[in-house]
Amino acid sequence: MSTRFSKYTAWKMIQSTLIHIFLMSVTLTCLFPLLWMFRCSFMTNDTVFVDQGLIPHHLDFSNFASAWTKGNFGVYFINSVIYTVSVVFGIVLISSLAAYAFSRLKFPGKNILFYLFVAAMMIPLPGSFVALFVLMTKLHLINTRLGYILCMINVGLSMSILLLKTFFDKMPHDLEDAARIDGCSKIGIWLHMALPFARPAIAVIVIFNSLNVWNEYILAFLLLGDSNLMPLQRGLVVFQGANSTDYPVLMAGLTMAAVPIIMVYLFMQKYIVKGLSSGEVIG
Amino acid sequence: MNEKLRTAAIAKDNFQNFLFVLPAVIIFCIFYVYPFLNMIFLSFHEWIGIGPMHFIGLKNYTELMGDHIWWNSIGHAAYITLIALTFQNALAFALALACDREIRMKRFYRVVFFIPPVLSEVVVGLIWNWILNPEMQNGQHIGLLNSFLYHSGFPQLVHNWLGDPQTALTTIAIVNSWKGFGWGFIIMLAGLQTIDKQLYEAARIDGAGRWKAFIHVTIPMMLPVLAVVMILTILGCMQVFVLIIAMVNEGLVNHTDVPVTCIFSAMQNTNRFGYACAEAVIFGIILVTLSFLTKKVTDRFKQA
Repeated sequence: MSTRFSKYTAWKMIQSTLIHIFLMSVTLTCLFPLLWMFRCSFMTNDTVFVDQGLIPHHLDFSNFASAWTKGNFGVYFINSVIYTVSVVFGIVLISSLAAYAFSRLKFPGKNILFYLFVAAMMIPLPGSFVALFVLMTKLHLINTRLGYILCMINVGLSMSILLLKTFFDKMPHDLEDAARIDGCSKIGIWLHMALPFARPAIAVIVIFNSLNVWNEYILAFLLLGDSNLMPLQRGLVVFQGANSTDYPVLMAGLTMAAVPIIMVYLFMQKYIVKGLSSGEVIG
Repeated sequence: MNEKLRTAAIAKDNFQNFLFVLPAVIIFCIFYVYPFLNMIFLSFHEWIGIGPMHFIGLKNYTELMGDHIWWNSIGHAAYITLIALTFQNALAFALALACDREIRMKRFYRVVFFIPPVLSEVVVGLIWNWILNPEMQNGQHIGLLNSFLYHSGFPQLVHNWLGDPQTALTTIAIVNSWKGFGWGFIIMLAGLQTIDKQLYEAARIDGAGRWKAFIHVTIPMMLPVLAVVMILTILGCMQVFVLIIAMVNEGLVNHTDVPVTCIFSAMQNTNRFGYACAEAVIFGIILVTLSFLTKKVTDRFKQA
């Protein structure tokens, strides 16, 4: 009996060690490229090709300064922040108004409109950017912040409306009725009851759309030719095209683009896992 | 009189309610519906982006049918997708199974595996472009991978991974899988955790071993989740573009062309807006068909 038991525990231990080796090797493959990027951002053009150690002998912080000023990354970074904040604010405002109406208010054509939004989420439109470019040229919104912001609001809208509507559907009716009897207007109920109630869903929307806007490239490439309007992702490619050999400064720029998003992710991962597993969010 | 007042009040109420969805509807119509319809309209025309348009019927489409560069690009995207569907999703499933048990550092693994997916394609592409750098300086390989291969005793494996047409696409597909497996992992792990543990208990009592329980409990219960992951993988990978731009610049155009690259180059390099729209329409139809077929096939398995 006892030999069988120890055999069993031994087998368990071997098994769990093998599993950890497997998981650790994947972990290493995930993290090592990022560490390498981080490491190279502290080196100079002379040492980056020579010093092969993981931790550089001499840390050089000047790359971040020269990326920020000479590489124009300061402008790109601030642009990215402007775009992310205004797009996410726009999406939350517009989608929560619409989702509340789809869930609670009555008006003709409601169901048809809602299904249109859902269908828009399901049908992938990989090439619609050609027609979008034509439209933006007509509207004189090429090379404007407003044009890019409006396009990006549209990208996140359907998914956010769907997610918020399913959330509002779960809101108890009697609370609303009480507020209405007390003379609260519809917009008042939306502001004081629906929005606070939907806070967890709004958190999911804010995080997913922030990631999406911060990381967006195609529309920025298409719509923004002026380097003073470009977000970070576009700026990185422009910089690499112009200074293909200045790797340390490029790595500093990449670090600037990657670190904020990793930080947001680490602090907000509870919501990310929730959003992924509940809503089947399409990213 | 009362009736009239009531209908007027209802109409006013309806109008007020409609105002809630109005901003969303306006943006949706201008930036989604109109470009969508205009894309179909333009695909029947010849237009250089400015000046008069010429209606040419289906000529863009007939030309597209014989366009080798276009069909090759579909093939390239399909190859990247196939590697993602097999290698990447198998890895994601194996990792999810490994984490779906009492194991130490489960949270740590879950956090780490989702880091590549939150990074942008530009960041991932440029980091790997640097790691895969084929050049040499002062007799040293400056790319990390080649340097590693050289120093760890495999100098014959040193290679220009992105510069050689034979390996470029596979290299891109592997980096794409590196970036993407965390998505599948998180969704599959969430799916595994919803499976009722009593089902495994019942299977054990019926005399089923680990393997049998896996085949008869885990797989059938996971089919809907696997279908979602597969559809997301297909849609995501077929549209891969930015990663390739970041990894190869303009260097190897014809060997790493994907459909989105073709649409862009028809529009920007040759100013053929109508042709670009025809490509976009065909590509959209292909994507919808592929995800529909995936859904059908997994539904069939579910019934069996």
